[in-house]
Amino acid sequence: MDRSPTYELNVRSGLSPHRRNGVILGAAVGLVGVTFGVLATTAGLSLPKALAMSLLVFTGASQFAAVGIIDAGGSPISAIGSALLLAAHNGLYGMRLSELFAHLGARRALAAHFVIDETTALTVAQDKDDTAREAFWWTGIALFIFWNLGTAVGVQLGSVIGEPEVWGLDAAFPASFVALLGPQLATRPGRVAGFVGAAIALIAVPFTPAGLPILLAALAVIPAVVVAETGRAGA
Amino acid sequence: MSWTALMVLAAGAYAFKLAGLLIGERLGDGPLRHAVQLIPPALFCGLIMLQTFETATELVVDARVVGLVVSVLATLKRVPFAGIIILSVAATAVARLIGG
Repeated sequence: MDRSPTYELNVRSGLSPHRRNGVILGAAVGLVGVTFGVLATTAGLSLPKALAMSLLVFTGASQFAAVGIIDAGGSPISAIGSALLLAAHNGLYGMRLSELFAHLGARRALAAHFVIDETTALTVAQDKDDTAREAFWWTGIALFIFWNLGTAVGVQLGSVIGEPEVWGLDAAFPASFVALLGPQLATRPGRVAGFVGAAIALIAVPFTPAGLPILLAALAVIPAVVVAETGRAGA
Repeated sequence: MSWTALMVLAAGAYAFKLAGLLIGERLGDGPLRHAVQLIPPALFCGLIMLQTFETATELVVDARVVGLVVSVLATLKRVPFAGIIILSVAATAVARLIGG
């Protein structure tokens, strides 16, 4: 997949593209981590609690949902429920990535902690298992470091910074997924999965709580598999 | 948020990830494996839509669309990864400044 932006990057710097992109994405995540720290403080979380959440939950959308609900006066139960609903789709990524880590034994327990949107995006963008694994670890560790540093900085700075949206930082994630999407859409079943997944997610938003649209989007693999099977039968 | 609530959340979020890894290994090589291979395009396209159009409970068209369009164009133009992100963030920020 030499046409993907992942491989398009030059090799002038010491890091190969799949590692470097992980660090780049980590830096963007660090900035968003700052905004998480700010919001966590606003919601009344102490530095140890905000940091514990970033260290142990390590799932951005879930953390934002949890502190958002607490800040709005919601109960801890509803905060946990909403955050877990948003975290559930990481399990689907785990199913996809499992074949890369089956040989790791007990170390899978560590790999599991890093199974999130960003690591999955950079991992499945690689065309070899070796580079995929390296992309996973580099991205996972870079994100972990930056996300937690960002959280700590955000808590310390507090309301000095203001709303993250003003800077357009929220555009960083959809942009990174767009950049990494090429290999996923290279096949017809992949394109069907992508198109139907996008449609399901959008249609579900007005009718379902946050977190459910992305889970429902996974149903798009059904028509995609049908397309793959009929394509194979016809060939 | 109490420490107990925080730990429950951490344990739950981790359990999903680990369960996925462990279940995925037992899927064999049939249609289920094929379905799992197609999860990333389905979820990434869904995520892109949600992060661009979703607010708390409804869909809106706002400055984020500008960022999405810029990211697609930059990707098609083979702009390097960091450039795609920076251009999209900048375009969204500018669109927000102009659009209010």
